[in-house]
Amino acid sequence: MAENGIGASVPRTEDHRFLTGTGSYTDDSNLPHQTYAAFVRSTHAHATVALDTSAAAAAPGVVAVLTGTDLAGDQVGSLICGWVVTGKDGEPHKAPPHPALAADTVRHVGDAMAIVVAESARAARDAAELVKVDYTPLPAVVSMRDALAEGAPQIHAEAPGNLCYDWEIGDRAATDEAFGRARHVARLDLVNNRLIPNAMEPRAAIGDYNPATGDYTLRLTSQNPHIHRLVLAAFVQIAPEHKLHVIAPDVGGGFGSKIFIYQEETAVLWAAGKIGRPVKWTADRSESFVADAHGRDHETHVELALDEGGRFLGLRVETRANMGAYLSTFASCVPSYLYGTLLQGQYTTEAIYCEVKAVFTNTTPVDALRGAGRPEATYLIERIVDQAAHDMGIDPAELRRRNFIPADAFPYPTKVALEYDSGNYGLALDRALELADYNGFAARRAESEAKGRLRGIGLSAYIEACGIAPSQVVGSLGAGVGLWESGGIRFNPTGNVLVYTGSHSHGQGHETTFAQLVSDYLGVPFENIEVVHGDTEKTPFGMGTYGSRSLAVGGSALVKAMDKIIAKGRKIAAFSLEASEEDIEFSGGDFKVAGTDRSMNIAEVAFSAYVPHNYPLDELEPGLEETGFYDPANFTFPAGTHVCEVEVDPETGTTEIVHWVAVDDFGNVINPMIVEGQVHGGVAHGVGQALLEGCAYDADGQLVTGSFMDYTMPRADDLPDLTVETTCTPCPHNPLGVKGCGEAGAIAAPAAVMNAITHALGTGAIDMPATPQAVWRALNQ
Amino acid sequence: MYAFNYHRPDTLEAAAAALAAAEDGRVMAGGQTLIPTLKQRLASPSDVVDLATVPGLGGVRREGDAIVVGAMVRHAEVAASAEVRAAIPALASLADGIGDPQVRNCGTIGGSIVNADPAADYPAAVVGLGATVRTDRRTIVGDDFFTGLFETALDEGEIVVSVSFPVPRRAAYVKFPNPASRYAVVGVMVADTASGIRVAVTGAGDSVFRVGAMETALAGNFSADAIRNVAVSQDALNEDIHASAEYRAHLVGVMARRAVAAAAG
Ligand SMILES: Cc1cc2nc3c(=O)[nH]c(=O)nc-3n(C[C@H](O)[C@H](O)[C@H](O)COP(=O)(O)OP(=O)(O)OC[C@H]3O[C@@H](n4cnc5c(N)ncnc54)[C@H](O)[C@@H]3O)c2cc1C
Repeated sequence: MAENGIGASVPRTEDHRFLTGTGSYTDDSNLPHQTYAAFVRSTHAHATVALDTSAAAAAPGVVAVLTGTDLAGDQVGSLICGWVVTGKDGEPHKAPPHPALAADTVRHVGDAMAIVVAESARAARDAAELVKVDYTPLPAVVSMRDALAEGAPQIHAEAPGNLCYDWEIGDRAATDEAFGRARHVARLDLVNNRLIPNAMEPRAAIGDYNPATGDYTLRLTSQNPHIHRLVLAAFVQIAPEHKLHVIAPDVGGGFGSKIFIYQEETAVLWAAGKIGRPVKWTADRSESFVADAHGRDHETHVELALDEGGRFLGLRVETRANMGAYLSTFASCVPSYLYGTLLQGQYTTEAIYCEVKAVFTNTTPVDALRGAGRPEATYLIERIVDQAAHDMGIDPAELRRRNFIPADAFPYPTKVALEYDSGNYGLALDRALELADYNGFAARRAESEAKGRLRGIGLSAYIEACGIAPSQVVGSLGAGVGLWESGGIRFNPTGNVLVYTGSHSHGQGHETTFAQLVSDYLGVPFENIEVVHGDTEKTPFGMGTYGSRSLAVGGSALVKAMDKIIAKGRKIAAFSLEASEEDIEFSGGDFKVAGTDRSMNIAEVAFSAYVPHNYPLDELEPGLEETGFYDPANFTFPAGTHVCEVEVDPETGTTEIVHWVAVDDFGNVINPMIVEGQVHGGVAHGVGQALLEGCAYDADGQLVTGSFMDYTMPRADDLPDLTVETTCTPCPHNPLGVKGCGEAGAIAAPAAVMNAITHALGTGAIDMPATPQAVWRALNQ
Repeated sequence: MYAFNYHRPDTLEAAAAALAAAEDGRVMAGGQTLIPTLKQRLASPSDVVDLATVPGLGGVRREGDAIVVGAMVRHAEVAASAEVRAAIPALASLADGIGDPQVRNCGTIGGSIVNADPAADYPAAVVGLGATVRTDRRTIVGDDFFTGLFETALDEGEIVVSVSFPVPRRAAYVKFPNPASRYAVVGVMVADTASGIRVAVTGAGDSVFRVGAMETALAGNFSADAIRNVAVSQDALNEDIHASAEYRAHLVGVMARRAVAAAAG
């Protein structure tokens, strides 16, 4: 292993600037002649509106007040949903119009109606308060039950019954037959709570327009700048792709919420074109709460059929998924193809059937959030497995082991459209139980009881589909884009290297991991490598970062580019060393003539490539720069077991997590420290969902948890030290053998926590978040 | 934030004068409540009078049988004060449990009690320890200071100068924090003082209140068991997404018993 190569825990290069406040975020940029935007947002969940902007337009410092009517007048296109899900009836999902500024009807609190542009942020905000909005309230539907009820108020004319789609996957007949054979059926009703993403950096954008050239520039908080450019060009149609430059500089966290093409960034870009000056907007935290896409929000009934030996015969799932008021950029695929396809879990369940109704409500749109669909799947599988274990008096670890897909059964075709590539689930479970001292639990429980505390231990044997995604597969399922990735390698004449990736780092540490990969592969010193991302004019077209895809897909694209570099380097070395190309071997950064001591370092090769004074130009092109595109053959399938142990104070209902073990199979690991950090963050996120984070609306559709005073984010003291280990079954179909680690913790954790709590309480009748009050109620029912 | 006139007076009299002259003046202490309120445009005072440079509002000192804390003393200072830790450890630990390090290093006792947030911790100390509040005009008995939700006995333009806490024989404060804000969902100060047993509850109602039945029971037998069967009515208790009135009533009992046990131990 090279010192800073694959497998080394290299400290993150980017952390120095992040930790010393010298990063460069969108809000850190200020352009000459810049103006500032404030939005006028709906305070009603559902209403028709009429706006009077005259006082605002006349206020001091105001440059423009633009409304939904102006937007429609300019024929700015609707925001889109990029994945068309086809329902049981063969019809595409309902994707009603979603204008960047609502013109006559608002559909959730926070829906933007006008953009006020002024000489200062304060003038914009002052003027925004002067926009008179005449609301005619319409009845609002907040819960999915109400939205689907007979005669419910209609949110969109295009979506009768507030139904976005009614979708199914699996084999209904085979599942019914399996339930007919069952010795036992376990049943649960589960709520997967709604979450507000709360990235540390709020969303921000600066739109700019150059009337001299007709070029637009958009700096923004994006996880995928090329997708922003594509959608804003091709669908919203503000500027053609070649006239739109999108820059996503340092971005302070995304968790999915910065994938999407939102109202505000769109309006800012359009407004910049209209006034011919840069327009800047930075959300305040209150705006983030109502305007960033929320996550999860499922209600599910699940049933598991078992034979007398505890083998899983059939799984039946019926889910309602909340889409919020509009269909966000990737909302439709989250509770369908990223969810139903994972219901095999780690098990050999013989028959599976799942139906999902996606529902519109008068709430903030819901879209992908760390894990996106896969946490929902794991949560219900792992809870119903525990329920079955409890019902049948079988140890939960033993029940899982009996049903695991055996290590020699890969590749394993699931009953829900995927093919698992590799895995060894028993290995991770056994190691996790050992690290958690599962066998010593009874003694620890006795100690807790002596102190008047309840103790529980919970498992979560999770699986996810990452490395999103094989274009052919997602295309056949309705995706509007391919999900390959690009990578570019440019050697400079002095031998240092620029690495271009279409993926985007907003906390993941690409600048370190990708440099390690390139250093190891090409033998270039780590410090001579610079990773470039987040700028549509610098990097080749790329699809961005989400779905734990950056290394598996983006890293693999870099491997393709590096293979081309080596091939070209071999030609150059052969010419320079007067040998034949077949005799050139490459290793450790040196091109060597086999069996001789004649060699040339890759830096010398690069120099020669840029100073081609004597090159035979008909055979050898100057320069050393290559681009690779990689489209994966399959998803990757990280999996593992997490074990959570809790102590509950029955008097107050407070839960303390006393021990956590994570054993994850991420395939090969490039930087173990970064991977461990991703697991820590993911687990914290999942613990937040399980214990703390519960987005709540009142009956009128007002967000009750609209600030950190009421919405509880996980903090360091909510977590114990985590014991984190990995197992490894390399991914067989990508060149690095890697699987992805960014979402695993958030996928695994909620079920582990809730299984531990239900074990401690002796009742499964509790939903997330298991706040002290919820636990106390469950105990005192 | 809307625009306002900013004053930085260097005497208490000048501060009072600035307030009196203002159309709608507000004192600023640590700014931990005031500034967020201004930033969210929930308040629009014409004038803000910053007490940071006013002398005589700082310092923690022992005066006879009492600990006197200046209005501008930060929570972190109270938590760390050797004087407080020796005389009234319950007060130091209360201050140490407020919010987070940033809040504790900016927020002041004066700002906290004047704001009279129903979920704030200090009101439980003021009432539970039988403190008195000194202002630029008079002295107010702690029991009379808090008059309702975000309301105090202070008159328009009156400035708190210090709070005097008689040293109790024994006392403890136990708090059940709101998981999000970490203010008190319920906080109970139990004190055995020269003027008798005091049990003061914050977080549960509109304003801090005493539980007479617990005080009576504890006067006869200062033990957790003595109040095990004292039920607190849930009528008029607060309800929010974090805690129903029923749960709050239950927590008052739990926190009170734990406070008694801590004070007795
Ligand atoms: C994130 C967060 C968490 C918190 N958690 C807790 C908690 O757990 N427990 C808790 O008790 N509190 C908590 N607080 C509140 C904190 O204790 C504040 O310090 C307190 O509310 C106000 O004190 P301040 O010095 O900042 O006052 P300011 O915000 O400056 O002023 C508050 C009010 O008091 C008035 N005022 C201030 N000083 C005087 C004076 N000497 N005379 C007359 N009027 C005056 C001001 O005019 C204003 O109306 C929290 C606050 C935050 C932001």
